[in-house]
Amino acid sequence: MNTISQEKTLLDGLAKEDKASIEQIYRDNYTMIQSLILNNSGTTDDAADIFQEAMIVLFEKSRLADFELNCQLKTYLYSVCRRLWLKKLQQMQRFGKQAEDLEEVIPVEDDLEMHEKRQLDFNIMENAMSKIGEPCKSLLEAYYIQKKPMLQIATEFGYTNADNAKTQKYKCLVRLKKLFFAQYKNGQ
Amino acid sequence: MEDTLLIDAAERFARGEMTTEEKIFFEELRKKNPELDQLVVEQLFFLNELGRYGSTKNFKHILHETEAKLVSEGLITKSPLQGKSKIVYLWKRYKRTIAVAASIAGIVSIISASLISVFHNEKTKDINLLVGKIDRAENKIRQIENKTKKLEAATELPLIVVAAPIDAKFRATGFLIDASNNLIVTNAHVVREARNNLVIENNKGQQFIAEAIYVNASTDLAILKVRDNTFKKLTPVPYSIRKTNAELGEQVFMLGFPKQEIVYGEGYISAKNGYQMDTIYCQLSTSANEGNSGSPVITKNGELVGIITSKETNAAGVVFAIKSSNIYKVIEEVKKIKGFEDTKITSQGSLKGSDRVTQIKKVEDYVFMVKGN
Repeated sequence: MNTISQEKTLLDGLAKEDKASIEQIYRDNYTMIQSLILNNSGTTDDAADIFQEAMIVLFEKSRLADFELNCQLKTYLYSVCRRLWLKKLQQMQRFGKQAEDLEEVIPVEDDLEMHEKRQLDFNIMENAMSKIGEPCKSLLEAYYIQKKPMLQIATEFGYTNADNAKTQKYKCLVRLKKLFFAQYKNGQ
Repeated sequence: MEDTLLIDAAERFARGEMTTEEKIFFEELRKKNPELDQLVVEQLFFLNELGRYGSTKNFKHILHETEAKLVSEGLITKSPLQGKSKIVYLWKRYKRTIAVAASIAGIVSIISASLISVFHNEKTKDINLLVGKIDRAENKIRQIENKTKKLEAATELPLIVVAAPIDAKFRATGFLIDASNNLIVTNAHVVREARNNLVIENNKGQQFIAEAIYVNASTDLAILKVRDNTFKKLTPVPYSIRKTNAELGEQVFMLGFPKQEIVYGEGYISAKNGYQMDTIYCQLSTSANEGNSGSPVITKNGELVGIITSKETNAAGVVFAIKSSNIYKVIEEVKKIKGFEDTKITSQGSLKGSDRVTQIKKVEDYVFMVKGN
C-alpha cells in the first residue's frame, strides 16, 4: 500500500509522462482491474484495453491546473474502470451479471465526460494530421510533438536553413488548422 | 498583419518568449483590433489543442511500451486465467487416468517421431528454401559491371581499389541487426551453401567479406559479422525487433534480393504457425522467390516480425517466415561467444508514422545481398 506522499510522486510522474511511474501504477493496480473485468464476463484483452483507457483518463486529469485526487489512486482507477466496462458491456449488449460492488466507488461521471470530449478532439486532430500529407505531417510532429529545435529539423529534412523550414512549417500549420476547424465546428 | 507573422507572434506570446515591450505592444494591438484578437484567441486555442494531441500521443506510446514489457514479464496475460485450486482438485481426481493417457501418448509420440524421421525427406519436397542459384551469365554481368566501375574509379580517383567480386554460386538476403558491431541476420540454410567464400553486397553493388559467427540449424538462423575494414558503420537500425508474435491479418512489407537489385513486396500474416504447424514459423500471404531467404518482414509501425525462409511448392502465395522472437534467443547465444558480449538489439524503431516510401528509404540501406560459393 502506498502512502499519500508516494502516490503524489507517482501522479506527478504520470503528468510528466515518466515511464517508471507509469510502470509502477500498472504493477500496483493491474491485477485488481483484471479480476474486475474477468469476473464480469470480460477477457484478459478487454482488461488490458480498459486499463489503458483508464490510464489516459487519469493522465488527462493529472494535467489539469487544479488537479487533486480526493481518494486513493486505487479507488479512482477502480471506479473509472468499472464505469468504462459497464458502458462497454452496454454497447456490446453483453449483459452478463451486473458488476458487483465489492469496493467503494466514487463518482467519476464528470471526468469521463471530459475524457470523451478530449478523445473526440484527439481523433479530429489525428484525422486532420493524416490528411495533410508528407512532409507536412513529419515536420509538424517534429516541431510540436517531439519539440525539436528548428535548426535540427532543417538539417533532418534537408532545408538549406532554419528560416526556410519555418516558412514551410507555417504553411503546413495553416493547412492543418483549416482541416481541424472544418471538422471541429461540424462536430460541435 | 500577415498570417505567418501572426502565428509566430501568437506562438511566442503563448510560450512567454516576448519581451515586456513587445508584449505591451501586442496586447495593445489586440485591444484595438477585435478581428485580430479573435484570430489570436483561435490560434492560441489551436496551439493548445495541438500540444494536448502531442502529449496524449506520446503518453499512449509509453502505455503500449509498458504493456508490452509487462506482458513479457508475465504480469499481464492475454489468455484467460484459471483458478489454481480447481486444477489441483482435477489433478487429484484424474491422476490415474492422466498417468495412463500420458504413457499412451508417450508411446504414440515415439512411434510417430520415428515415422516422421523415416518420411522426413518427403517434407522437404513440399517446401522450397528460397536461396537463389546464380547462373554464369549473371556472374559475367557482375564482372563487367565491376570492371566499368574500376575504370570509372580510375579516371576520377586513382586510389580507390574495388575488391574483385567473387564468382558467386548462390544469392540470398540478410539484414543488419546490430549496427555498432556490424552483425547481420540471415538463414542457416543460406550459410550452409557457402563452401569457400561468403560476402554481403549493398544496394550500390559494393561487396564486403563476412563470416558466420553463429549458426543455429533448429531455428534456421545464422549471424554474420562483416569482416571488411572498408565497410562503413551505419546509424542504429531503424526497425525494432518484436518480441511477441505477429497477429493474424497484420499488414507487412518486405525487402529482399530475388534478383540483382532490391525488390519490395507486400502481404499479410495468414497463419500463426508454419508448415505442418511448426511453431518456429508463421505463414504469410505474399509472393517470394529464390533469393528472398533472409528477407526482413516489417509491419507498418516498423516492427520486424519475421524472416522469410521458404514457401510451399504446391500452393501459390504461401510463404513461411521465422518468428522474430527467435532472434532474441539466438542473440542470447551470440552473447556467450567471446568478443561478442556487448551485442545489442534495439527495441526502439524510428519508422512509426512515416509513409511507406520514407520507410523503405530508411530500411533499404540495412538490407544486404548475401552471396558466396
